[in-house]
Amino acid sequence: MTRWGLRGVALVYLAFLLMMPVGVILWRTFQHGFGPVTDALTTSQAVHAFRVTAIVAGFAVVLNTVFGVAAAILLVRHRFPGRRILDAVIDLPIAVSPVVVGLALILVYGRNTSVGGWLGDRGFPIIFSIPGMVIATTFVALPLVVRAVAPVLEEIGEEQEQAAATLGASTFQRFTRITLPSIRGALAYGVVLALARSLGEYGAVAVVSGRVVGQTQTVTLFVQERYQNFDQTAAYAAATALVVVAVVSLIISRFLRPRGGER
Amino acid sequence: MSILVQNVSKSFGDFAALHDVSVEIPSGSLTALLGPSGGGKSTLLRVIAGLEQPDTGRVEIEGVEATALPPQRRGVGFVFQHYAAFKHMTVERNVAFGLSIRHKPKEEIRQRVQELLELVHLEQFAHRYPSQLSGGQRQRMALARALAVEPKVLLLDEPFGALDAQVRKELRAWLRRLHDQVHVTTVFVTHDQEEAMEVADEIVVMAGGEVKQIGSPDELYERPASEFVMSFLGPVTKIGGELVRPHDVEILTAGTAGARPALISRVTRLGFEVRVDLEVEGEPAWAQVTRGTADHLGLKSGDRVWVLPHKVRTSVAASVGETPPAS
Repeated sequence: MTRWGLRGVALVYLAFLLMMPVGVILWRTFQHGFGPVTDALTTSQAVHAFRVTAIVAGFAVVLNTVFGVAAAILLVRHRFPGRRILDAVIDLPIAVSPVVVGLALILVYGRNTSVGGWLGDRGFPIIFSIPGMVIATTFVALPLVVRAVAPVLEEIGEEQEQAAATLGASTFQRFTRITLPSIRGALAYGVVLALARSLGEYGAVAVVSGRVVGQTQTVTLFVQERYQNFDQTAAYAAATALVVVAVVSLIISRFLRPRGGER
Repeated sequence: MSILVQNVSKSFGDFAALHDVSVEIPSGSLTALLGPSGGGKSTLLRVIAGLEQPDTGRVEIEGVEATALPPQRRGVGFVFQHYAAFKHMTVERNVAFGLSIRHKPKEEIRQRVQELLELVHLEQFAHRYPSQLSGGQRQRMALARALAVEPKVLLLDEPFGALDAQVRKELRAWLRRLHDQVHVTTVFVTHDQEEAMEVADEIVVMAGGEVKQIGSPDELYERPASEFVMSFLGPVTKIGGELVRPHDVEILTAGTAGARPALISRVTRLGFEVRVDLEVEGEPAWAQVTRGTADHLGLKSGDRVWVLPHKVRTSVAASVGETPPAS
């Protein structure tokens, strides 16, 4: 009885919060068939927005993968002063609102600051351009790879790497032949999560991008901008595209998720 | 000398794991580092392998200064207590690891791996993953993997510690035979004195981060340098304030020079041997006699007898703070 009650509550909760909104978006998107959707997603503005999202998310995922693995190894394998602080700071992006992140980046890299001005004078503007958006997106997705990889590193321990060392493997060989294959599943899971997070980021990117249509507009910004301009077809179509990518990522991550006692 | 360790000290924070340790290990020998846990023996082995850096002192392997060399350039084989099997590789690829790192020709690797798998009796398991093997099989795989690169010295850190008693006994005997076949200088860490006595040519007794005594199993047993070594290497009992092996306590029915009066509190028959618990001058002690002796003397609890300890070790050599193990 209580079991059914609990299930009912969970289902209703999910229905109102998740399934209904997503369902309505899907229904609204396809209510006039596929034609308008394809048209809305092939305008030059839409195509550009998808391209910007791909570039920004791509860079952010690559940066976070490299940094995430390095940080996880640092946290798990090394003892140094400030380790606990680093450990805590890595979770900061989860706690801090993305809008605050965006504002902070403007304060540091804006055109009127010394750092931002210096870079801008050399033809490398950060704010209101792609580099700032990459930084903002990287920041918000930062903990995901670290937190996926660190527990697995902890669990596999150091002995396999030490054994490889006594067998003649250099630091690089130990990393590529022992560490990387051992964390492969967890790393892929973290990367997928980071990708999903990066694709969907809105707040931080909205602040640092300046939302210049056809230049710094990502898909999430495109959805918002189209919706406000009463172009609901395009807004729904792009939103659905984002949902599809997110769902596919999550399904992939289900398969990649490290299972207990994996081989 | 195959391995030379000179004046090595190593601390972890406040804990001094090794204190001014010097050891020489001859080529081709099978040496045990024996001692209670926390005594520094594993740390010493890891210092020899290069997995730990000593704070002071130096290490030489086969005449080559090795103190500053990373583990991959020391030419040592290392076997871990918990096997350290490469979980994502088959048995075959585990054993081949050191050779494939060195980019040896495929055919040569295949042959060598085949030989080694035969040596450790794992040839039919070549394509299994470590998780599909028993503990003993994993440890034999780890040994084959370490031997594959033809190390100058083979280091084993409590190699049988994680195995059950039966497998441990088998592997001990097998390690001894393997060493007689392969002749590589071998050092293994153990806290089990029986294991050390059974397998090793030479035993280095360590405790409290220091070397207590080095010698053959017989030397250590017969001429222990301290009460600690004596009590670690075998059973001891105290009679008149002096340590003695229970089998060196003679029980007499009549007083003689040097004998002390005793009261038998209990007689326990353990197959061939008989354990006689005694009370000597108000202190508990025990003697180990053969069944024949016990029957001949007609020992039973409550009897008043005389005990004559032979080969006692006077306690002057015992230094402060050394506590014999609880066993």
